[in-house]
Amino acid sequence: MARILIDQLRHAYVQNPQRPEDYALKEMSLELADGGAYALLGPSGCGKTTLLNLISGLLHPTEGRILFDNTDVGQLTPEQRNIAQVFQFPVVYDTMTVYDNLAFPLKNRGVAQGEIDKRVREIADMLDLTQTLHKRASGLTADGKQKISLGRGLVRSDVNVIMFDEPLTVIDPHLKWVLRSKLKELHTRIRRTMIYVTHDQTEALTFADRVVVMNLGEVVQVGTPVELFERPAHTFVGHFIGSPGMNALPCALENGRPTFLGNTVPVASGIEVPHDGKLEIGIRPEFIRFNGAGTPLGDAGASIPVEVTKVADAGRFRIVETRAKEHRIRLLVPEGDPIPSGAAQLKFDPKHTHLYRDGWLVG
Amino acid sequence: MNKTVNQKAWLLVLPVFLFVAFNAIIPLMTVVNYSVQETFGNNIFSWSGVQWFQEVLQSERFRASLGRQIAFTATILVIEIPLGLAIALAMPRKGPWVSVCLVLMALPLLIPWNVVGSMWNVFALPEIGLMGRGLNALGFDFNYTRQPGDAWFTIVLMDVWHWTSLVVLLCYAGLVAIPNDYYQAAKIDGASAWAVFRFIQLPKLKRVLTIAILLRFMDSFMIYTEVQVLTGGGPGSSTTFLSIDLFKVALGQFDLGPAGAMSIVYFLIILLLSWVFYTLMMRNEAK
Repeated sequence: MARILIDQLRHAYVQNPQRPEDYALKEMSLELADGGAYALLGPSGCGKTTLLNLISGLLHPTEGRILFDNTDVGQLTPEQRNIAQVFQFPVVYDTMTVYDNLAFPLKNRGVAQGEIDKRVREIADMLDLTQTLHKRASGLTADGKQKISLGRGLVRSDVNVIMFDEPLTVIDPHLKWVLRSKLKELHTRIRRTMIYVTHDQTEALTFADRVVVMNLGEVVQVGTPVELFERPAHTFVGHFIGSPGMNALPCALENGRPTFLGNTVPVASGIEVPHDGKLEIGIRPEFIRFNGAGTPLGDAGASIPVEVTKVADAGRFRIVETRAKEHRIRLLVPEGDPIPSGAAQLKFDPKHTHLYRDGWLVG
Repeated sequence: MNKTVNQKAWLLVLPVFLFVAFNAIIPLMTVVNYSVQETFGNNIFSWSGVQWFQEVLQSERFRASLGRQIAFTATILVIEIPLGLAIALAMPRKGPWVSVCLVLMALPLLIPWNVVGSMWNVFALPEIGLMGRGLNALGFDFNYTRQPGDAWFTIVLMDVWHWTSLVVLLCYAGLVAIPNDYYQAAKIDGASAWAVFRFIQLPKLKRVLTIAILLRFMDSFMIYTEVQVLTGGGPGSSTTFLSIDLFKVALGQFDLGPAGAMSIVYFLIILLLSWVFYTLMMRNEAK
């Protein structure tokens, strides 16, 4: 068990990195609390697997430090760091039984036979593998094999952190949620630090207490799922998380107040509006409604004239696409609520309207 | 399930069938023909039934050749398979040395068989060959043209030199195909180098090794050119393997009947042993 501190870490796959582009992972500092459930979320190629391998010790950092409980582990091997990792493709030792697979990490560490047996049975029970304990591991289905991979990590009672590198990629859709809830249940049961790498927002948001969103080798935001939803620190987070993503509308300044197509748009906090950089207004489709619908927002919110162009039914709500000049604005309308056709007025909830400068949240 | 029957497809197979017929089936049938007949001059044949087969199976000479053949094949398999695997494990997985190693390994395979025989013939000659003279200079009484043990030693060494590369290349291809995740997982599980070999590499190489053993078995069981050029089956008949013996019977003595019977028995032995090998090695897979 350990608190993990990442201090001014940078990593490059090339020798002698010179330019900033040489770094697959740009400078970052992070702190992961002991026993927390974290997710590293980002599109393919954003550096999340690199970061994971740096923490696990499969890679050694070019610059910066990684501390486990104040000990610098940067140059230690995965074995010395005492971590466990579950890979994208299930890794099982084909010729061994499920039991021997689970016992393998303990045997390698010279644990006593009685203790091994106790631990293996306990973990097998947790993962519902007791029935297949004496079968050959190669005969199991993909989800069974992935459970074995996970089990080999859990079986050691002293691991510092358990890492998951997109572990559900090869699992059938109907079994994904079974394994996902199993993971969550395991975390609450054993309270071990877990880091889960994925590009799937559903997996990240359901698993993690705190999500680290990455893009282009940088950490963009670290926050709880609610924070990521309500206060995206960057328009990228707004786009990447949520379905559909946040609307980002270019804005201008008039008399020191943000305006969109000539309409003043009140934003969440009364911060001082910057005068330079590219300004954008960000608002999630969940916080826009047609004028007159639902609870009145009063005069506080902006009122934007639009043209309704498209309606898509998504079950409990509908995704409505509208246009204001060349800008597309999407909003969610609950099932049963009327949707005007043609010209309409949109209301933005000022509490959830944010201002971004050069992509980053202002304030 | 309804299967569409389309007899026209046979037409498309016909060219290949004819080709195979001319280069395999017809010669084989000729051999069958010889094996059941007594042959006189002027193309006069008379039916002799299974007489030649009985003769071959009861002949001391055939049994001795078969014994030598099995001993030879067993020896080179025992040496080449572990050696090839060991070399493949020791080869680099990335970097500029990969291509150097691969080319070096492929070289012996590119040399024509009779050239290999000639090379070793000269190389091992006690008076002028580098190896022959060298061994004698070191105090060994080495003369492969006179001593059966030395002849065997030279032939086995030649075969190992010529064919271990094949095993190396097959094993190397198998090793490269193992995903990196396995090695990383093993590292995290704290597995020793031996455990990585025993529980990851060996099981993943099983199919490749099966193919390697099968190929080396069949090829070595049919070895002819290199041995013919190197020792001609001698000294005496100490290195007369089945194929060389067959050649002597068929084209030395022109006993076409016994030679035909011998060919068929030889063919059936290879077929049977290959099948046994394959079934044994694939049986665990099915479990």
